[in-house]
Amino acid sequence: MNSIILIAGARLLVVLMLVFSLFMLIRGHNEPGGGFIGGLLAAIGFVVYAIACGTRDARRALRFRPSSIAGTGLGLALLAGVMAAIWGDTLFTGQWLFLGATETDKGWPLSTVLLFDIGVYLVVLGAILSIVFSLEEAV
Amino acid sequence: MTSSFSRSWLSLAGLLPVAIATTLFILFLQAVPVIAAGRTLRQVWQWVPGLGVDLSFVIDGLSLTFALLISGIGALVMLYSARYLAGHVHQARFSLLLTSFMLAMLGLVLSDNLLTLFVFWELTTITSYLLIGFDHSAKKARRSALQALLVTGVGGLALLAAIILIGTTAGTFELSELRAMPAILTGSTLYLPILVLVLLAAFTKSAQMPFHFWLPNAMAAPTPVSAYLHSATMVKAGIYLLARMHPSLSGTDVWLWTLTIAGAVTTVFASIMAVRQTDLKLALAYTTLMALGALTLLLGNSTGYAITAAVTFLIVHSLYKAALFLVIGIVDHGTGTREVDRLSGLVRAMPVTAAAAAVAALSMAGFPPFLGFIGKELKYAGALAVASEPVLVAGAVLLSSALMFAVAGIVALRPFWGKAGDPPKPPKEGPWAMLLGPVVLAGLGAFFGIMPSVIATTLVNPTVTAILAEPGEAKPLLLWAGINLPLLLSIATFVLGAFLYALHRPLRRGLIWITQRTPSLDGGWDGFLAGVMAVCRWQTQLLQTGILRRYLFLTFATAFVAMAGTLVAKDAIDLPNLVPDVLPKHGMLFVLIFLGLALTVITQSRIAAIAGLGVVGIGIAMLFILFSAPDVAITQLLVETLIVVLFAAAALRLPHLPRGGSGWRFWDAMLALGLGVTTTAILLMVTASPVDRELTGFFEGASWPEAFGRNIVNVILVDFRALDTFGEIAVVLVAAIGAYALLKGTPERQKK
Repeated sequence: MNSIILIAGARLLVVLMLVFSLFMLIRGHNEPGGGFIGGLLAAIGFVVYAIACGTRDARRALRFRPSSIAGTGLGLALLAGVMAAIWGDTLFTGQWLFLGATETDKGWPLSTVLLFDIGVYLVVLGAILSIVFSLEEAV
Repeated sequence: MTSSFSRSWLSLAGLLPVAIATTLFILFLQAVPVIAAGRTLRQVWQWVPGLGVDLSFVIDGLSLTFALLISGIGALVMLYSARYLAGHVHQARFSLLLTSFMLAMLGLVLSDNLLTLFVFWELTTITSYLLIGFDHSAKKARRSALQALLVTGVGGLALLAAIILIGTTAGTFELSELRAMPAILTGSTLYLPILVLVLLAAFTKSAQMPFHFWLPNAMAAPTPVSAYLHSATMVKAGIYLLARMHPSLSGTDVWLWTLTIAGAVTTVFASIMAVRQTDLKLALAYTTLMALGALTLLLGNSTGYAITAAVTFLIVHSLYKAALFLVIGIVDHGTGTREVDRLSGLVRAMPVTAAAAAVAALSMAGFPPFLGFIGKELKYAGALAVASEPVLVAGAVLLSSALMFAVAGIVALRPFWGKAGDPPKPPKEGPWAMLLGPVVLAGLGAFFGIMPSVIATTLVNPTVTAILAEPGEAKPLLLWAGINLPLLLSIATFVLGAFLYALHRPLRRGLIWITQRTPSLDGGWDGFLAGVMAVCRWQTQLLQTGILRRYLFLTFATAFVAMAGTLVAKDAIDLPNLVPDVLPKHGMLFVLIFLGLALTVITQSRIAAIAGLGVVGIGIAMLFILFSAPDVAITQLLVETLIVVLFAAAALRLPHLPRGGSGWRFWDAMLALGLGVTTTAILLMVTASPVDRELTGFFEGASWPEAFGRNIVNVILVDFRALDTFGEIAVVLVAAIGAYALLKGTPERQKK
């Protein structure tokens, strides 16, 4: 599709959607959102880009192969689950670290659960894009 | 072939198996004094404790006898094949397979856990399949291998079913614990199914009628394989199973008669078929069948005589049969043929082979002072002591032994004596590595015959004790037991056997004439396989027409019939009182969804239909928002968006197929309506019953304090049920890879 308006709009939209997808990913533990929704949002962002500018440009913008992204995501999720073993807990027990926590404030919560959610995000993003891109290219 | 003789045959691939087998044999020999003293050795490693599967191994008389035969004959056969296959391209593969088989077989006879036994049982089946099909470029070898695999594979499945039934009945998979509970199986209501399944396993593995046909075909394997697997070890796995289960399953009329009839029919049929063969190897294959039949027949009983006879005959047979197979391999190697009519007078060129063959054949024919004589005497004593029909059983043993006598003459006398024949190659004596096996095995047959006490106390007695599960039942092994009925029957055997040998040529012609005019089970097997294939083709064409529309129709029709059928059959239709508390906003959403639906169904344009579906999806997402499920709503909204994009991308590239005709359209509509109404009805009924809120309560209570999250849906996904989520994202990835492969792979192939 060679529409200047769509291409220009898509470039802006993709950036916004990617930022929004990260926002959804991070706030997911307390508000509506999470890795799955974030991954879907990011995927739609790239799909819009692919529709506007073609899959070649979209693939270049993505930098990595979609299937590699999905594989990495699955690996991260597994790592998050296995890491529980370091503290002697059973598989997939969430581990938490509160950076700079005070009596009243929890500080920066870091957890294997977040790592797991990032894995979900990447799997969803990679899996959907690998299907959509190859569908688009299968002319 | 000649070049391989000149080359050095001492290779690692050939000799490493010999070393392994010899080491194992020596290790097992060291256990002999312990076992002879009446003790058993047991070793347990936990494997899957949750399922009651342990790697438990036990050495008692029965397993030690088998282990010694397997490792001892194994060592000799490995040495033989190191030379037989020297220089063969796939010699290393052969060595690996044969060694794997030996270890699997040892595991099988040493296992004390039924499930472990099953694993080894299947391993012997698989290695046997690969060994029969070793000459994989020959169509015949591939067919025989597949046949053996399928027949014994059915038996393996039956064995697994039997083991599970035994485990649920007795509460244990340990054989030693099972033997301690004598009537636990015979008194159970599941006894008959267990027995049928065990016998199916044993009869297919040990080639009893009517499953015998695979064994002669398995002679497509290289000769050392035939000598090792199909005479001395693997086919005896079924016999081993019968002996092992004897304490738990025997003693009933079903056991007695099934084993007696199957064994008697097999032994007589096989010994007649043995006379018919002109190929020496095939003749021996049928005599192996005869021996397996006789063993089954004897194991049907529980008397000391019958079991002592079975054990002794088992040892005798393994010794002389392996020796004779190896001899025939040497003859084949040295002359280029196994056809009995072309071989004669080989003794001048192959004196050692001839001597080994003669000694082994004398044992096989049952002459004193060889072990075969003692085995035959005991067989008669055992047959006369059977609980079923002593006269008939003894008659069957007499006939088969006489035929055996004749076959021994055909196989080991005719090729070696008389005028020189006209083999394709000038006969030549085999090398020592190939001669050692037959010489040692035949020599042991003679040695044990003269000194039967050597094996009587060390092997036979503990084995009989293990089979009958009580000591002191074994009968003595005697060369001279006085003038009694067995001795008279022996003399009758010699007379009848000599008579049959004299007449074997006309007899063979007659048998060939008969077998050519009767349908064979082997041919029936081909018909059976063709039938299975035809059914597969028929049902594939019926279900998988290649038209996506039909696939969808079938899938949804199956779901409809299953759900509606269950509702009707269970008489479960109980629609709750439908007083909808619909607010105006609900009504508006309903109208939106309905309009989207109507557009999808009515429009002629694909893009419009896809957009209509999108409207439906977004309407449902808004329903979720109304019922305060924002996570689900967001997900639904995003997924609907993606679905529209995906559909549009796919639909643009689909060819325009003609519509399926108004008739199909009507049925599609009916199916859609039916499925929709049924699903709605089920959902209404499900929601009418009160929901258990206990889990909800737990998650609400634990989400913040334990998992530091206020969004319960997300906390469940990434923490409480993280393993489930992990499985789901793995599925997502696999689905993506599958779709990728379909989209990228198919057009490439079509272009070529």
